[in-house]
Amino acid sequence: MSYQGKFRVWRGDDSGGALEDFTVEVNEGEVVLDIIHRLQATQAPDLAVRWNCKAGKCGSCSAEINGRPRLLCMTRMSVFQESETITVTPMRTFPIIRDLVTDVSFNYTKAREVPSFAPPKDLAPGEYRMQQVDVERSQEFRKCIECFLCQNTCHVVRDHEENKEAFSGPRFLMRVAELEMHPLDTADRVDQAQDDHGLGYCNITKCCSEVCPEHIHITDNALIPMKERVADRKYDPVVWLGNKLFRRS
Amino acid sequence: MARAEIAARTLRTDRWWLPPLTTFVGLLLISIYAAFRTFQGDYYWVDQYHYLTPMYSPCLTEECVPAASHFGQWFPALPGFLTPPLLIIPFLLGFRITCYYYRKAYYRAAWASPPACAVAEPHSKYTGETRFPLIAQNLHRYFFYAASLLLLVNIYDAVSAFSTGLGLGNIILLVNVSLLAAYTLSCHSCRHIAGGRLKHFSKHPVRYWMWTQISKLNNRHMQLAWASLIFVCLTDLYVALVASGTISDLRFIN
Repeated sequence: MSYQGKFRVWRGDDSGGALEDFTVEVNEGEVVLDIIHRLQATQAPDLAVRWNCKAGKCGSCSAEINGRPRLLCMTRMSVFQESETITVTPMRTFPIIRDLVTDVSFNYTKAREVPSFAPPKDLAPGEYRMQQVDVERSQEFRKCIECFLCQNTCHVVRDHEENKEAFSGPRFLMRVAELEMHPLDTADRVDQAQDDHGLGYCNITKCCSEVCPEHIHITDNALIPMKERVADRKYDPVVWLGNKLFRRS
Repeated sequence: MARAEIAARTLRTDRWWLPPLTTFVGLLLISIYAAFRTFQGDYYWVDQYHYLTPMYSPCLTEECVPAASHFGQWFPALPGFLTPPLLIIPFLLGFRITCYYYRKAYYRAAWASPPACAVAEPHSKYTGETRFPLIAQNLHRYFFYAASLLLLVNIYDAVSAFSTGLGLGNIILLVNVSLLAAYTLSCHSCRHIAGGRLKHFSKHPVRYWMWTQISKLNNRHMQLAWASLIFVCLTDLYVALVASGTISDLRFIN
């Protein structure tokens, strides 16, 4: 069951660009990345697209399909009507390199700003012991494939370039939460989340969770629990008093 | 380097505007109804069957019908057009306004920040919840405490109404407090207080169990938020209709 599908693909670089129309063969069982590859092979050999595993695990082929942030390799053609024109554009939040390829180094900069795992000083590698129930919250966040679709869709930086300095984005606030909830991490992540990574910018509109291809509950399980911990520390006089009275750290 | 030059505000082809529009209309209608009933100041108590609408509970001023003031009349009658619910509504409204689900709902529907995912917002500047007034959203847990107390009052009202027998109104009051209890317990602050703030679940098995149960409810927080909100209005409407004599209560016993 093949048909000729109508596509509009953004072509260009940082000096300018536009949507170009193509008609490409679509076969049963294919995903959008297959079509982009066929387009490269038959009509636009210089079309730039970043991809790697084609299994939704490497996080390379992030783009926007009909305006929605998605992985090219995990978007089946069968979800579209045969008569539909499918628009494929690069991620909007990051600087363009060429065609569908963006420069995602903003994310690597933010990743480096998160202090690494800090186990107790008297615990040597190999001596780590922890209960499964203590570590499984952090394990959910380890499913992240770093496709940066959440970073791309978050309106805090998508619509406001000027916020990029102060706001690390859902992926790295989730990384802070992962470490904060880790039973062996000793660093103080709560003030960091609010002061260094801009947790207060998040208005929990949940787009990060909506676009996550790993279906991680970023907002409910990472961002909101971190906001509650920040509230404990900074905005809750009862918790502050309890900590003083019972000498909790 | 610059971003890709794409002029369109969004390239989404689905009806992305429908959920925020539905939310906006829903919240607007409920607000209008709640405001009307608050300032109506009547038809909140069915003396024959001891039905008290949750919107007027607890009824704490001297203008309340004495039998409806289950916990006494602490305050003198309010002046002018002010009515007894105005003493409790700030707490209930505060709980809903600072709720993590409702924040998402009205930030999207009423403030378009953003209207939908990957749809550009119209504002030129954005500071989120980093400064006044939105930094006050961090007070959610205090509204949770207040709402929990008011929930206990509502439960008392619903249970005490059974003293007159059993009617459809009793069932409605019971379903109402069940939904309110589920919504209140599923709150993110409740989840945090119950166990979410712990670093070592294994050292606190009871709190871990509570956290896992609340987490299950929390997955349905949005649905519970809407169900409880709509049902409070329906409960109030039923009590108002019975209290005004427009309809009579369907009785099963007595």
